[in-house]
Amino acid sequence: MALSDEQNKILEEKAQAIRKTIIEMLVEAKSGHTAGPLGLADIFSALYFHILKHDPKLPEWNDRDRLVLSNGHTVPVRYSAMAHAGYFSLEECKTLRKLGSRLQGHPERARLLGLETTSGPLGEGLSQAAGMAYALRMDGGKQRVYCVMSDGEQQEGNIWEAVMFAGKYKLSGLTAIMDRNNIQIDGMTEDVMPLESLREKYEAFNWHVLEVSGHDIPAFISAVDQAKTIYEKPTLIIAHTIPGKGVPEIEFDYRWHGKPPTKEEGKRFLAEIRTLKGKVPNEYA
Amino acid sequence: MNMLNKDVRLVENVFSNALELAPTRDGFGNGVTEAGKNDKRVVVLCADLKESTRAEWFEKEFPDRYVEMGVAEQNMATVASGMASVGKIPFTASYAAFNPGRNYEQIRTTIALNNANVKVCGMHAGVSVGPDGATHQMLEDIGLMRMLPNMRVIAPCDSMEAKKAVIAASKVDGPVYLRFGRAKTPVLTTKDTPFEIGKANTFWESVDPVVSIITTGSLVHEALLAARALDAEGIGTIVLNLHTIKPLDTHALLSVAHRTGRVITLEEHQIAGGMGSAVAEFLSEKCPVTVTRLGMQDVFGESGEPNELIRHFGLDHVGVMDAVRACIRKR
Repeated sequence: MALSDEQNKILEEKAQAIRKTIIEMLVEAKSGHTAGPLGLADIFSALYFHILKHDPKLPEWNDRDRLVLSNGHTVPVRYSAMAHAGYFSLEECKTLRKLGSRLQGHPERARLLGLETTSGPLGEGLSQAAGMAYALRMDGGKQRVYCVMSDGEQQEGNIWEAVMFAGKYKLSGLTAIMDRNNIQIDGMTEDVMPLESLREKYEAFNWHVLEVSGHDIPAFISAVDQAKTIYEKPTLIIAHTIPGKGVPEIEFDYRWHGKPPTKEEGKRFLAEIRTLKGKVPNEYA
Repeated sequence: MNMLNKDVRLVENVFSNALELAPTRDGFGNGVTEAGKNDKRVVVLCADLKESTRAEWFEKEFPDRYVEMGVAEQNMATVASGMASVGKIPFTASYAAFNPGRNYEQIRTTIALNNANVKVCGMHAGVSVGPDGATHQMLEDIGLMRMLPNMRVIAPCDSMEAKKAVIAASKVDGPVYLRFGRAKTPVLTTKDTPFEIGKANTFWESVDPVVSIITTGSLVHEALLAARALDAEGIGTIVLNLHTIKPLDTHALLSVAHRTGRVITLEEHQIAGGMGSAVAEFLSEKCPVTVTRLGMQDVFGESGEPNELIRHFGLDHVGVMDAVRACIRKR
């Protein structure tokens, strides 16, 4: 079902709010990753405010959809989205990475309900999501399982074991979402260790593959809807994103992968955020 | 004089040459099938080794709850974690060299840190794997697993105890590592022998014991052979079956250490990091006594017949007797 303009506007506003909180959290934490979480804000807005069947008041509700975040370093986007969805207060976001916080630098399930798993070490989320999808299907469950993963972690062998497994067992309840932003810590993915052609690789393993812009919320939602109609295969949505999206001065800059903004930078970034009708230089040139 | 502990109901002819022999992995096959009957949440994942791990015994009973993973142990551990998070009780089966050898970090992050209800089962542990040689003789798994918070570690002494351990593991919530051997070894316990996770059993106790032999896994029988022969020489010992390496039965350890003042540990594992390390670490803080660790002395195994290798590395009853005599002389 197509998204109405009004629905789209609400989701864009949520994405804007998610971005704002990400910057505030990172400034406060004084460490953490900036580019990835900002780039994922539109996807997390769509997930938490439109796609996922979930209840922030009942994080262990059995019938909920499962969202696994495989690239755990981008967790500020998830914490931010969860806070805006009502899992916990926005105030608590400021405890990110601090002693005693439920908001660990990399997500830990045992500390915060609703996270579904612990992640950070790369390449492990897809397998866990596949295990969930397999087990839920055994019990005739209708829950869907989503796994957000990075492009860089496609270099891990564990990913391809999971891809093989999910393809063999036709885990149609599983939708993987790849944050294709082309950066990793040491540079551009295609320089560090080329990943392409990702579509053909996944298709060869019996996956259904879709490609969208990870900043086009209606298109992303439509891809997720399409995945639900594929009965014999798991689906991969390659979501092309811009690292740092929303803060013009850091967009596309891989050096922002693993550092937080300073207080001054944070102020500037907050003033610049432009989810709404935001345009990126050379994006629509 | 026969000083076997009658309370633990060992087989009647425990010193006979005609004891029934069975590998502890058989106990896995029997135990997990039984656990599957008791609880339909039990599922078994296996990485292309269903015959030799005995996972296929479970598959025969419950084909819909058996998951073939292919040769992909990292995926096996992480898929199991995902299954556990939605309510299953997964047992993962492969050789210990790969599970937990290959997939250690996956177990650490997604099973131990998540406190996931996954039972990691490592077969073909120890040098008694035999002819396959060092690559397949896992000797570091107890150390790897006991370092992990939340993880319980169990090395059953025979196939009967292995069966009980598997069933018990299925009933506790949280991660457990279970260690099994390939070779046929004597079945010395019976269905009436008590088994409780974390509770060591005294199998032998001389009238006036001067050395405690603390052992685990398939070498328990060798320890008993040594105890009987030493008793005949006038050297009294206690043999403690420490099937659970984590959590340690600290009460039993303190009790035997206090009584004998000398401890020998015996296991098919590196002396660094294994059961002997766990015992020595604990006793050095709480009851410092002489501890001699028998195990692999910082070397890898090699090809050979299981009994031959156990003898070669000084882990048979002869090696134990030598060590007991030596530690008495030290005093």
